[in-house]
Amino acid sequence: MILWSILIILAAAVGAFLFAKSQATTLQTANTGRLASLPGQHGLLAAAVAMLAGLAGVLVSIPFSTSFAWMMPVLGAAAATIAAFFTISRITPKWHARNKFEAIVMGVLIASSIVAILTTVGIFASVVFESVAFFRQVNIFEFLFTTQWSPTGTPPAFGFIPLLTGTLLITFIAIAVATPLGLFAAIFLAEYASPTLRRWMKPVLEMLAGIPTVVLGFFAALTVAPLIKHSGNAIGLDVASESALAAGLVMGMMIVPLISSLSDDIINAVPQSLRDGSYAMGATKSETIKRVVLPAALPGIMSAVMLAISRAIGETMIVVMAAGLAANLTFNPLAAVSTITVQIATLLVGDQEFDSAKTLSAFALGIVLFFITLALNYIAMRIVQRYRQAYD
Amino acid sequence: MIELSAKGSNGLLAKRYASEKRFRAYGAIALALTTIFLGFLLYDIISKGWPAFFESHSSLEMKIDPDKVAAGDIANGDFAAIIKQSVREQFPDIESRADKKTLASFISQAAGDELRNMVLANPELIGQTVKVDLLLSADADLYYKGLIETDDKLLLDKFSAKLPVTQSISWRFWTNGDSREPELAGLLGAIKGSLFTVGIAIFIGLPLGVFAAIYLEQFARRNRWTDLIEVNINNLAAVPSIIFGLLGLAMFLNFFGLPRSAPLVGGLVLALLVLPTIIIASRAALRAVPPSIKEAALGVGASKQQAVFHHVLPLALPGILTGTILALARAFGETAPLLMIGMVAFIADVPQSPTDAATVLPVQIYLWSDLPELAFKSKTAAAIIVLIGILMLANALAIYMRRKFERRW
Amino acid sequence: MNQMSTARATESNTQMVGERTTRISARKVNIYYGEKHAIKDLSIEIPDRSVSAFIGPSGCGKSTFLRAINRMNDTIEGCRLTGEVRLDDKNIYDKDVDVVQLRSHVGMVFQKPNPFPKSIFENVAYGPRIHGLAKNKTDLEEMVVASLKKAGLFEEVKDRLDAPGTGLSGGQQQRLCIARAIAVNPEVILMDEPCSALDPIATARIEELIDELRQNYCIVIVTHSMQQAARVSQLTAFFHLGTLVETGDTNSMFTNPRDKRTQDYITGRFG
Repeated sequence: MILWSILIILAAAVGAFLFAKSQATTLQTANTGRLASLPGQHGLLAAAVAMLAGLAGVLVSIPFSTSFAWMMPVLGAAAATIAAFFTISRITPKWHARNKFEAIVMGVLIASSIVAILTTVGIFASVVFESVAFFRQVNIFEFLFTTQWSPTGTPPAFGFIPLLTGTLLITFIAIAVATPLGLFAAIFLAEYASPTLRRWMKPVLEMLAGIPTVVLGFFAALTVAPLIKHSGNAIGLDVASESALAAGLVMGMMIVPLISSLSDDIINAVPQSLRDGSYAMGATKSETIKRVVLPAALPGIMSAVMLAISRAIGETMIVVMAAGLAANLTFNPLAAVSTITVQIATLLVGDQEFDSAKTLSAFALGIVLFFITLALNYIAMRIVQRYRQAYD
Repeated sequence: MIELSAKGSNGLLAKRYASEKRFRAYGAIALALTTIFLGFLLYDIISKGWPAFFESHSSLEMKIDPDKVAAGDIANGDFAAIIKQSVREQFPDIESRADKKTLASFISQAAGDELRNMVLANPELIGQTVKVDLLLSADADLYYKGLIETDDKLLLDKFSAKLPVTQSISWRFWTNGDSREPELAGLLGAIKGSLFTVGIAIFIGLPLGVFAAIYLEQFARRNRWTDLIEVNINNLAAVPSIIFGLLGLAMFLNFFGLPRSAPLVGGLVLALLVLPTIIIASRAALRAVPPSIKEAALGVGASKQQAVFHHVLPLALPGILTGTILALARAFGETAPLLMIGMVAFIADVPQSPTDAATVLPVQIYLWSDLPELAFKSKTAAAIIVLIGILMLANALAIYMRRKFERRW
Repeated sequence: MNQMSTARATESNTQMVGERTTRISARKVNIYYGEKHAIKDLSIEIPDRSVSAFIGPSGCGKSTFLRAINRMNDTIEGCRLTGEVRLDDKNIYDKDVDVVQLRSHVGMVFQKPNPFPKSIFENVAYGPRIHGLAKNKTDLEEMVVASLKKAGLFEEVKDRLDAPGTGLSGGQQQRLCIARAIAVNPEVILMDEPCSALDPIATARIEELIDELRQNYCIVIVTHSMQQAARVSQLTAFFHLGTLVETGDTNSMFTNPRDKRTQDYITGRFG
């Protein structure tokens, strides 16, 4: 029905355009004088008005769409046609169709840019709304400061500390893997690699960046985790089959391209004149990088790492597939831990009851996740901004 | 005389060069590790998934027993029993009940269904002897591909000695929806679900993103309001995707009452998810068009909008589309937010419209990876190959467009 | 540091230009950037303890040649050089020459002041640190102070050695860069239009400094301004389209150029 509605409205718009244009052309030849706007512009106005009206008709019909599906295209077509005829009836030589049309276009442009704001508001509203319902049932201090998380237990416990430590443990492993690898890869590509090597390596990194996380999760759970477990057992270590290490390692590899591409931009933004200054003093390449380029790029690299942390904290599929469900309060990378995102996903997959604390707790976790990542992103972006200003 | 050679210097220079070498080696090692990881990942997945693109068949001549199939009621005929009977007849020496049962389990239930379709198409076959194609069940298939060891080894060997087993490309994998039987499970439902979902995401996200970018880059005056929009877009680009799932669940499903599990809602969520990316890419493309072109248009009396829509936008379009393709590739591989809005259910029917319950390719991968049957592990890896293949095509297209339309001012 | 005095002691057996010994001599130098032939068959002798100025219209290759003297062109991809450039008697393009060593003897100051984003002290201490010139902390501090004094910057910054070098004014930054170059005890200092980004007062200050420094160093300066060349240099070389048109004593070159092109350039017909 939606598709039909869209097609009908589009057809109405095209019809309105052609009709209005021919009307205006007739008017032009009859009057012999010039119109205030070209015939085509009259057409565009009529088409735009028809489209907007049609869209409004469709929106109005949405509440009835389940019982009267036919209302959607019918209302849309009716609204579009009426609006088109109304507009066409107003065509006169002095009618400034172009200005009206441009006003409509401007309105559409502004409305589009507001969608991004509405999205943020929507996210905020959804997590806050359901979280408030949650905190009516569960004390906020219990949530923030106790160390038992078992939403399905009897009685259920909602202390999110073990989820926080689990998230931080996996994030720490990921960052510890990704930062040196990503940074050194970026340095090597920017300063040492031949153009040929660069041409080959960039797609490799881009490809790694483009691998969906569900794929990495599959790899972590089915290949890396058993590998770590077996090698751990071989040297006498007790390794959980869903160890934090496996999830962290794979997540780290996922983040390598992010850190390397951000660092690459930052390293390239360090002016060549600083490098020249260092080389001219007889510094070797690595001395120049270590003592001049990296210190100059440090703020940018820090912000890259913060973005990476935010990405790791918010990453879901790898941990859903490779980390555990039991929220253990431990910092042992060989043990299984659970994370905020794992809990959100598992609590909301399957049966949802929006009156039980179990389902609502996912939104409380969501609000924590939202604010942690928001803060990290915001700080990172501020650093980058200041850094850009320093070299502009 | 000044000493310029490295030899004549003190030990310090040697140390400095050693440190230089070490530093360089770290970089090379980092790149090598990353490449090895990617290589290992791809190798692991391809080697696991490749066999799932093939299936094992056997065939047997059998009589369509009129006792089991009534000419007037073919649809309810017991074709599975015909097949079971005929196969057992081939192995008169198998006598124990358990072995007979195991033997029957080698044949997929699809064999009976296919025979039924054959007879439905040609009722005259009843009572005749026909050669019937037998699709083997997943476990037998895995054994004949050499992927598992099993207790039924003796029986399986006996079976293949009598009824030669052949491998062929599994078209079912491309034409079936999901199934509980690994040998019948296919990707068509998930692929169509993905196409609907991403199609809706592009239909909504592209115009919104491009319009917003045009407004912010070409018309908006810099003030607090546009600064707010700007900061907001940048932040939104880094919000974890699972949060968008919460938005979809609370807003689209609970508040607006849209259908669960539908590509329509998935598309809406993904549209919002990729919106910041499209805006940022489009703004970059618009910014790359030199202002002189706009000024030239304004100079001959075009309105500001005419200058932008007639001159700037067409020049920025290739860049915008390249960015959009990359954003959609991301949407195509996105899983987490779709779990929240119920696109994670077992859905055997192939969706016919964006409001039918459906799942998408990455979620299908997640679902299969969770199943205990060994055959599904292979299917999962095969689905991953398909997913990565599609993403690589999209990326290649983006790179091609960038190369073809790249223009330096 | 000892190398410097031994180097000076051997001056007697090197060639003379006028009454000064030759420090740098180039023979049949050709430089290519990819396909572009930037320097054609250039030969020149540059004397010690004096200022030599390279002048010429932009794109004439003077900076390219300057960068060839401490092999800064090595960092540019696709840049090739044939012929030889001798520092004292050693061809710096010989295989056994180490660029790191070379550049510690041939310092460079750039067009735009480029202090590192570090403190004033660390900027100057950079060279001594990487080359391991200082035995201990006090030694290093002495070196930094001495270099800042030689660059005429010490009095202005002595109270804020820990302040970032990028916070200084343009002229001060450029003197900081000179101090930084001096700190490694080079024999030669190359200056690539060192005043082009500075105002006239800062320029005058740098020119004074250059004049003082020539007592101890061989200085080569590329400049866009003929007045500057006339003010600071003893020897002038005029470059045009990648060739060295004419070299000679600065005074006689500006009063009595031998080549028509030089004459046209210094009288302002082109450039």
